[in-house]
Amino acid sequence: MQKSSLLSIATLVACAAPTLVAQTYGVGRPATADEVAAWDVTIGPEGRELPAGSGTAKDGAQVYEVRCKECHGDQGVGGDHAGLVGKPEQLKQTPPLKTVGSYWPYATTLFDYTRRAMPFEEPGSLSADQVYAVTAYILHLNGLVAEDDVLDRESLPQVVMPNRDGFVRDPR
Amino acid sequence: MKSRDATRRSFLGTGALAGAAWTACSAPEAEAPAEPDQPSSLGTPVSRYGQRSPHEKAARGVRESQTPEAASSRTPLDQTYGIITPSALHFERHHAGVPEIDPATHKLLVHGLVDRPMAFSVDDIKRLPSVSRVHFVECSGNSGGEWSPAGAPTVALSHGLASCSEWTGVPLRILLEEAGIQPEAKWILAEGADACLMQRSATLEKALEEGIVAYGQNGEAIRPEQGYPMRLILPGWEGNTNVKWLRRIKLTAGPQYVKDETSKYTELMEDGTAWIFTFEMDAKSVITAPSGGHMVDGPGFLEISGLAWSGRGKIRQAEVSTDAGQTWTEAELQTPVYSKAFTRFRLPWAWDGSETVLLSRCRDETGYLQPGRAELIEQRGRKSAYHCNRIKGWHIAADGSVTSAEV
Repeated sequence: MQKSSLLSIATLVACAAPTLVAQTYGVGRPATADEVAAWDVTIGPEGRELPAGSGTAKDGAQVYEVRCKECHGDQGVGGDHAGLVGKPEQLKQTPPLKTVGSYWPYATTLFDYTRRAMPFEEPGSLSADQVYAVTAYILHLNGLVAEDDVLDRESLPQVVMPNRDGFVRDPR
Repeated sequence: MKSRDATRRSFLGTGALAGAAWTACSAPEAEAPAEPDQPSSLGTPVSRYGQRSPHEKAARGVRESQTPEAASSRTPLDQTYGIITPSALHFERHHAGVPEIDPATHKLLVHGLVDRPMAFSVDDIKRLPSVSRVHFVECSGNSGGEWSPAGAPTVALSHGLASCSEWTGVPLRILLEEAGIQPEAKWILAEGADACLMQRSATLEKALEEGIVAYGQNGEAIRPEQGYPMRLILPGWEGNTNVKWLRRIKLTAGPQYVKDETSKYTELMEDGTAWIFTFEMDAKSVITAPSGGHMVDGPGFLEISGLAWSGRGKIRQAEVSTDAGQTWTEAELQTPVYSKAFTRFRLPWAWDGSETVLLSRCRDETGYLQPGRAELIEQRGRKSAYHCNRIKGWHIAADGSVTSAEV
């Protein structure tokens, strides 16, 4: 659905590395570049795999109104489900406020999760443009992008989330 | 056949008479049928798939939810025996419902930093060398209610997001090597075929050492709620990493920071920082009998029994206190003790009828001792929602009623 030819090319390049000969069972079949591209929706924190498309917070407000508000509340606050707006200082309050704005380390995660898992009852139904737009809207609600800023595969990974440095590896 | 029918009628007649006599002298349960010394008729014939006795009612605990597809159900641990959780009672935690998957068309894709991206059918995977291993799976949010002093009132509510099965499948290492692991690969991303395409990152090291792509659970195909036709098992790691309905594994250089390893399943500390990739489940134990909601039927002999497990290896020792922690007695461990698996412990006891508190604690093979609540809070603070493994107590009142003991 969100396939792009660029994604396919990226995958082909990644898979064209020299072959190490290892002992194998010869079971299974080679996957085609197309079937890998069709399923490889992974988006890492650098955003290299982001699809084509774009959107602004202004566009996203309309998407949000129709597809998101019922669960996440007016302007990302007060809904029955995950709160979207907050600041890292609010992690220290009791109970802590864990939201996109207060807690999430990467904006790419918001795009990825929204694209494959939202809206809850119709996951995967938003176009790439709609996902960029609603991502921009949520980031705008958190004061992280302006209303007219265009988010796309280039600009989205540039957004630095306020809690990016808030995570440490498990020290146990 | 004729004589057999005649015999049956004759037995039925006798049974009816006996029933009438029994009914006459047991007024409170007038409807209960007589139990003759020998069954008066033949039982039911053979069947294709067995069912439990209609007298058995053990069921998963399900709470009302606005989104029952993104919810959990809990294993009634006090109604299971030994170390294996019946597959039908294995806890559930779904994020987008249980998908309906045709095994004939399901495939597992292995790609990313590999020499040859590969697709495996279910039949392909079943051709490969297999292993069977007994392992628990535990939601890292299990026992979340135990962060509070009161704790949850029953063992299903306090510890029921953990279950233990014998999993059968192919070592993940074999599948990854079929595709050829490139040297830059250090992590994997696992993805499920549920509606939200559940994803988690895990280290390649763990995948190679212990990962299993499992298609069998307790001797039969994995149940749909547990990931049919195949799921990832990463022994001892938080439940969410054991991705169900597994359809894709991508080898990557680093973790992907997906929603369920950033927004969720991270441990917030008091200073506002959070621990990420908190994979291992720490050692934990709980007494299942007697436990909250039970009624001990008077003083006398009573076996204390419970479960202990650790995501870091075998349980080495389980101890029970019958005096609110003043003294501890080593309980007997059911053998064999498996690594990263439920371990049943048992202690014979005679209840004297006075009010008391029962506690259990365990130590795993790394030497780690299950902490009390105060000690755990000292280490983690009070803002963490996951990985609560504190000692659980059950209060027995003089009337025999069992409730969660406040600590």
